[in-house]
Amino acid sequence: MKKRIIKIIIALILYVFSIVVKFDNIWINNAIFILSYIIVGYEILKKALRNVFRGKIFDENFLMTVATIGAFGIGEFPEAVAVMLFYQIGELFQSYAVNKSRKSVSSLMDIRPDYANVYRNNKEEKVSPNEVKIGETIIVKPGEKVPLDGYVIEGKTTLDTKALTGESLPREAFEGEEVLSGCININGVIKLKVTKEYGESTVSKILDLVENASSRKSKSENFITKFALVYTPLVVVIALLLAIIPPLLIESQDFSVWLYRALSFLVVSCPCALVISIPLSFFGGIGGASKMGILIKGSNYLEALSKVETMVFDKTGTLTKGVFEVQKIKAIDISQEELLKLTAYSENYSNHPISKSIKKAYGKEIDENQIIKTQELPGLGISAIIDKKDVLVGNEKLMNEKNIPFSKCNDVGTILYVAVEGKYAGYILIADKEKEDSKKTIKELKKNGIKQTVMLTGDKKSVGESVAKKLGLDKVYTELLPDGKVKKVEELLKAKSEKGKLAFVGDGINDSPVLALADIGIAMGGLGADSAIEAADIVIMTDEPSKILKAIKLSKKTMIIVKENIVFAIFVKILILILTALGLSTMWWAVFADVGVSIIAIINALRALIVKNIK
Amino acid sequence: MNSKFRINGLDCANCASELERAIRKIDGVISVNINFLTQKMDIEYAENNKEEIIEKVKKVIKRQEPDVTIEKI
Repeated sequence: MKKRIIKIIIALILYVFSIVVKFDNIWINNAIFILSYIIVGYEILKKALRNVFRGKIFDENFLMTVATIGAFGIGEFPEAVAVMLFYQIGELFQSYAVNKSRKSVSSLMDIRPDYANVYRNNKEEKVSPNEVKIGETIIVKPGEKVPLDGYVIEGKTTLDTKALTGESLPREAFEGEEVLSGCININGVIKLKVTKEYGESTVSKILDLVENASSRKSKSENFITKFALVYTPLVVVIALLLAIIPPLLIESQDFSVWLYRALSFLVVSCPCALVISIPLSFFGGIGGASKMGILIKGSNYLEALSKVETMVFDKTGTLTKGVFEVQKIKAIDISQEELLKLTAYSENYSNHPISKSIKKAYGKEIDENQIIKTQELPGLGISAIIDKKDVLVGNEKLMNEKNIPFSKCNDVGTILYVAVEGKYAGYILIADKEKEDSKKTIKELKKNGIKQTVMLTGDKKSVGESVAKKLGLDKVYTELLPDGKVKKVEELLKAKSEKGKLAFVGDGINDSPVLALADIGIAMGGLGADSAIEAADIVIMTDEPSKILKAIKLSKKTMIIVKENIVFAIFVKILILILTALGLSTMWWAVFADVGVSIIAIINALRALIVKNIK
Repeated sequence: MNSKFRINGLDCANCASELERAIRKIDGVISVNINFLTQKMDIEYAENNKEEIIEKVKKVIKRQEPDVTIEKI
């Protein structure tokens, strides 16, 4: 790199000198031009010679050599040097830009652990994560990356999951807790029992996925590859015809004028701007997405995402949290606090999810001395004596059985009716809760070109419909068994327009057939769920639906960049070719159409990496 | 059988796709993918006489792009 820069600078100085200072003998100027040309173009000449012996006549080095030597031949010394000089500057810039984006993408994914402190023979050893076996004990100190998946056997700490999820939400890790590789240990020292080899650990799975992403090519990339295959030979053939035919057909035409035009054609014949900037845009887009905690498995999926018109959601765990929570407390003649307390005390010895959610809502220490007696009434509820009070907690049947008059609650969810001392005291409603950002996401998706939002659920009709209405979905299908979901998605796939895509969003746990069936399968909550990472095309590491919106915005942005580059590059090249053929353009413009367009397209492509303004 | 290589010294994306086409023609190579941006080559090839196939791949690279070096990862 350094050597190339020095060569370019020396050649540039010689070039400018020869243009500014005019010697009486023009051959002194020309000699300086040739010297400058050799300094900057030697490598190209060497490659060109080598390639042409291998029969690669459409090689860009060869074409540049022909164009410049031809220009020397017709006496256009300054042009000849300039073409080579700017071509080299363009190449230099290109490799700089590519290197830079390579680095910034790999620094986004700077989660690869360099070593592991493994505990062997009562000693701590620093080894490569590859060498650690399942069942061994490793030590992770503050500031270090967790090198392998495992669970904590000693110590406690806070972990930073930013590298995996895109969010710096600290996560507590204590004894018995599972810890994923790729997290950064913030404060405490922990000892882990390794549960997975490095190759199977979260960190290497994620790295593999993103690094292989750009090998699944998008339609735009395939188009460019095909275009490049045709473009260069076509331009070269036209150049050849341009040099031979007009001077033969039209009398009094100067051969050198047409040769000059033909040589300018050769300068524009490289499709470099497109060939590099399009994959670079996708590469940047995928890199930018992983910075937000969104893993995209291929450029094709990033492209398809911009064309989604039907978005199908699974309900539980996707739009809703999938955990039961106390939603409503209605107390009659006693305080809400008291009602919740008595219920929590009554449910104290039960491990049912419903009981757990009540204890969680109560949130205070339970003084077991106050629980005099509890008795489970199968199919009805619990009867208890709490602090000298008779308490009944259960369903409608329980109230009817005990002849307690109560007012029925018609809300959706599980309802616990409570009676104290034989008198109705109110109810507690427990239901699965929508995620905070679900409603907003559905609304925003509509604004971003999604025509239809659909929810599928195995839940009861009343529950499903009430959630769908609350969140503002267009359609909901309820009481579906897993194969029913497959059938619905098949129907929706048939119903959508030909160009539009269908995306399915699920949690990846038992919906892999649907994830595979949809044009794009998106799995949420990928962190720690290997099955989701494997089954889906796009993995959202956290469980926020709003990330889907971000992914769509990013894909649209990337596609705009791609289109801008395609249209801009092809337009400028064709325009310059036409003007050149008509004699209205010079070789200087040809250099711009080649190098200038490349540089502009690359700078534009690098924008795909920037995700700060995607909200 | 699948192998991954780091591929150094490729000049341009176009060269990468040309090289890809040349390698794909080798007997025994099932699929090949050269990623210009990540500088990686993924080759899938027949299990039997795998060493011979890799030798051929190296030869094709030497012929097409003499400045390119590969190393197995």
